[in-house]
Amino acid sequence: MAVPARPALLEVRDLAIEYRTPDGVVRAVRGVDLDVREREFVGIVGESGSGKSQLLLALLGLTSPGAVVSGSIRYGSEELVGAPAAVLNRIRGNRISMVFQDPMTALNPYLAIGTQLTEVLRLHRGFTRAAALARAAELLDAVQITEARRRLRQYPHELSGGMRQRVMIAMALACEPQILLADEPTTALDVTVQAQILELLRELRGRTGTAVVLVTHDLGIVAELADRIAVMYAGRIVEEAPVDTLFAASLHPYTDALKRSIPRIDLALPERMASIPGNPPNPARLPTGCAFAPRCGHRIERCTSELPPLREIAPAHRKACCRDDLPAGPGAPA
Amino acid sequence: MSAPVLEVRNLSVHYRIARAGGGQALLRAVEDVSFSVRRGQTLGIVGESGSGKSSIARALLRLVPAAGGTAQFRGADLLALEGAALQQARRHVQMIFQDPLASLDPRMTVEDIIAEPLRVFARELNTAQRRSAVLAMMERVGLAAEHLTRFPHEFSGGQAQRIGIARALILKPDLVVCDEPLSALDVSIKSQISNLLKDLQRELGLTLLFISHDLAAVRFSCDDVLVLYLGRVMELAPRDVLFATPRHPYTRALLDAVPVPDPAAARARRAALLRGELPSPLAPPSGCVFRTRCPVAEPRCAALSPEARRIGDTEVACHLAAG
Repeated sequence: MAVPARPALLEVRDLAIEYRTPDGVVRAVRGVDLDVREREFVGIVGESGSGKSQLLLALLGLTSPGAVVSGSIRYGSEELVGAPAAVLNRIRGNRISMVFQDPMTALNPYLAIGTQLTEVLRLHRGFTRAAALARAAELLDAVQITEARRRLRQYPHELSGGMRQRVMIAMALACEPQILLADEPTTALDVTVQAQILELLRELRGRTGTAVVLVTHDLGIVAELADRIAVMYAGRIVEEAPVDTLFAASLHPYTDALKRSIPRIDLALPERMASIPGNPPNPARLPTGCAFAPRCGHRIERCTSELPPLREIAPAHRKACCRDDLPAGPGAPA
Repeated sequence: MSAPVLEVRNLSVHYRIARAGGGQALLRAVEDVSFSVRRGQTLGIVGESGSGKSSIARALLRLVPAAGGTAQFRGADLLALEGAALQQARRHVQMIFQDPLASLDPRMTVEDIIAEPLRVFARELNTAQRRSAVLAMMERVGLAAEHLTRFPHEFSGGQAQRIGIARALILKPDLVVCDEPLSALDVSIKSQISNLLKDLQRELGLTLLFISHDLAAVRFSCDDVLVLYLGRVMELAPRDVLFATPRHPYTRALLDAVPVPDPAAARARRAALLRGELPSPLAPPSGCVFRTRCPVAEPRCAALSPEARRIGDTEVACHLAAG
């Protein structure tokens, strides 16, 4: 698959996020490089503790106060790591916006939907109240919420979970951002509603051309939506490839094991599920070498002493693994 | 075909809810649900939030009262037992919870947690006998002997779920109710625990009620599957039959909505989406409760509630299901 030659909107280089805790230094994100290009849909996949949500929060300077963030996040001519609040406030919700996992906790329960939806427009775009309300009604239409005028007067608790997530998406799109960040946007929803929200994201992105970075634990979701997927484990990107390459010819043993440990409804039923032995490492006590090595069926001696860098192994396909000799596709002994 | 361990007939669970502005409303969380679970088998109960699947579990464990129906279990109606007889029955029905860490007492050691059912129900055992039973069960679920004196917070989610499973199985119960046992776990751990439950079922002859919203997990773990919507049974069928030939439009919609981790298949599939969301269980639609979201609903669906019908091995409650 040819690499799209579009310029990068966002360039993340050597990003690290650390927390000092009584347990020691927790290294939530380590040495992450990632580009987000115009109109591109990037999926970031990982299990809990992989650093995927921390990475997303860092892109908007939203990591918690205890976090030590280093490295670089370039957005146009701005450096976002360590940027003053004034710079971040100009970008947040305006050029780059965010949809969170749980719309019930992300929306303010005391404010009507209309007030929350118009806030960004009045703040970033200087709309009058009347103009902002008219635009808010259009936005609700765009996310397929009926009776938009009436909804604007309602409060979050009066809406269903799917409807609240539509409001969050409308709010995130209000200022026509260049990049939409979404952190597990459908995890709190039922499967039939999840399918509706995924379809909405697909449709909006086709219409508005907004680049999307979606973080999820579910490979199925990004298989349906993403152009490119980055797989994270223990704070690092371990593999990154165009979606078809990742599913047809993944080269990292973790990606491969992850793919095979998902139960499928469209394939013959196995007698046993393929599984990954052991548990993910404690981010305060990461092993030396490759963090996946203790669970990896392809481990050799080098794996436990050397930290493999993320290297390009084919056009647009990067992998961090000591085993360059592994064939693509299934093959790891469970 | 083995005999049923549990036979539930016409179970209903209702809750009285205070209305905003005074008065009460009746929420029919479970309405006229019947099923049986055969010895050594797993029945999956599938539904979205508000389908009533957890209310069924709570009613069987006698944590909420049933508004009607019976549940034959060990020669008696589980829903009618009182006092000492109920206490004795509890020994034979155990539960595995969704959130393993929240369901373990943070101040108890692993040994105390797993031994507690023995202390309540097997008082004839002395300390040494209890410990050896606990150690044997720990080995069976994949915990090491050195974990005996540890506390729940020292464990990952998957390990904690193993502790919860050991506690549920130590009395060798006739029925284990698993309420979303995999939902809180990471992908790589889910498959470990799925395999463990299957191995334990084979070794110990367990009978399981497996409550889940995850169709793929249900397909792997269950022999029969019951699909619930707004507290009513839509479809009940053997696993392979249900996944190969779903008869109810809701079952088909659920299967279509599962994301498939294969980009080519996902693009080719482009599922027909259900409209809208679950109606309020306080004001369910007339006739068939699914009709407001059903892609094939007809006028008669609003007029008449469909009775469960048998088509082959499937029981389906739909006017339009064809044989």
